[in-house]
Amino acid sequence: MDKDAENLMIEVQLLLNAVYLKYGYDFRGYSEASLKRRILRNLAFSGYRNIPELLRHVLCDKSCFEKLLLDLSINVTDMFRDPLFYKAIRDQVLPDLKKLPLIKVWHAGCASGEEVYSMAILFFEAGLHQKTQVYATDFNEKILIAAKEGIYSLEKIKGYTSNYHQSGGKSSFGDYYAARNKHAAIHASFKKNIVFAHHNLVSDGPFGEMDLILCRNVLIYFNRNLQNRVFDLFNDSLDQGGYLCLGSKESLRYSTCSDGFEDFVPKEKIYRKTLGLPV
Amino acid sequence: MIDAVVIGVSAGGTTALRILLPCLPVRYNLPVIIVQHSHPGSDDFLTRYLNDKCRLMVKQAEEKEPILQGIIYFAPPNYHLLIEMDRSFSLSVEEPVNFARPSIDVLFETAAEAYGSKLMGIILTGASADGARGLMKIKSAGGIAVVQDPRTAEAEIMPKSAISAGEVDFILPLEAIGKFLARLSDGVML
Ligand SMILES: C[S@@+](CC[C@H](N)C(=O)[O-])C[C@H]1O[C@@H](n2cnc3c(N)ncnc32)[C@H](O)[C@@H]1O
Repeated sequence: MDKDAENLMIEVQLLLNAVYLKYGYDFRGYSEASLKRRILRNLAFSGYRNIPELLRHVLCDKSCFEKLLLDLSINVTDMFRDPLFYKAIRDQVLPDLKKLPLIKVWHAGCASGEEVYSMAILFFEAGLHQKTQVYATDFNEKILIAAKEGIYSLEKIKGYTSNYHQSGGKSSFGDYYAARNKHAAIHASFKKNIVFAHHNLVSDGPFGEMDLILCRNVLIYFNRNLQNRVFDLFNDSLDQGGYLCLGSKESLRYSTCSDGFEDFVPKEKIYRKTLGLPV
Repeated sequence: MIDAVVIGVSAGGTTALRILLPCLPVRYNLPVIIVQHSHPGSDDFLTRYLNDKCRLMVKQAEEKEPILQGIIYFAPPNYHLLIEMDRSFSLSVEEPVNFARPSIDVLFETAAEAYGSKLMGIILTGASADGARGLMKIKSAGGIAVVQDPRTAEAEIMPKSAISAGEVDFILPLEAIGKFLARLSDGVML
């Protein structure tokens, strides 16, 4: 390996270790190439000369750490991202969930909430919103605040509207938010049954008896060990017959608990925890 | 002497790749990794189409997939494609770079880290400045920088920005790049 590349890799590991020891956030099992880019980007904006200098400030100054955490956590998201995924939920998952007296949903890695409100709209349109209980979690406190607010830039709404219709939405998307200034505020009625909470997939435990778990575009950043940990966590959190939804480029295929799941909509990465064998 | 080839291409790309990629012979001993700018909602039509036209296997890169020689990999639409130090792929949904996701710069920069001087970067037709930075990074890591002759490109902005960003090794028309790539597999350099 090239000497500079090797030294950079070592400095990155030192910084991640420092973050872990000091603040408990463990990025050591994340894909390195992307982490390295994010760290260098943070470095460029912070004005520090090199990673050791950044490391020292991260240790002494919590706000410096918080900025770094924001950069490392990659909160990019959209409403109705991958419209065909939402269409599959509409057409194939909701008709089954309808039978339950109470539907428990967990969004793991919900970022600023766009995915959560997209699902809330689907539940509303299927007449299921009264009996859903939604947990939306992320390990980034700052982004959870934004998720609770549910205020998005009007500029992006045009794309979301077209996504919504591609997902099979037949209503006027404009009915679901209030436009003010340059922003669209999701109507409060969609927030009623949602609890936003801090949860770290690397270190925290399961949530009980979920019927539907969405964890999309989070696991692409985890190495295989960490992915397996999280799949076990989801396995423990799901009821028999519950659904697990991954991002379009993520897969349960290589995981150690893939046996306990069946492909439900393979193309959209919707899996179903197999029902226990009848006794 | 080279372990991998990375290619960045944008507007006019489908035509250019249809000419270039079928030039590669069977038992090609390098991986070819490509970012083609595309609409975020596009499917895998391009890779399936090229897979029919080429002697080598053409596929979308998957997360954590180890990179193998003799395969032509494409970044999936709407994801950045990155290369890890152990020479496997990563995907990311980070914000677009140069208005593009996948971005050529992201692929080229991470490839330069992983492959060092054993990398060839090629910029083809396109109406964007994406890739110019990445190509410079390849060059400064000791790799080889190739740009399609702008006069032969359907869109000249991308090759032109790559050339004006810094030193490049070869400026060639498309057909010549094809022949060049075909011979590279035998360890021959032009
Ligand atoms: C790219 S966003 C995905 C948002 C949304 N699920 C989607 O698909 O559009 C990834 C989110 O995962 C969160 N995340 C990353 N690592 C995490 C961890 N260890 N525990 C909980 N959340 C995490 C980040 O903070 C970020 O908000």
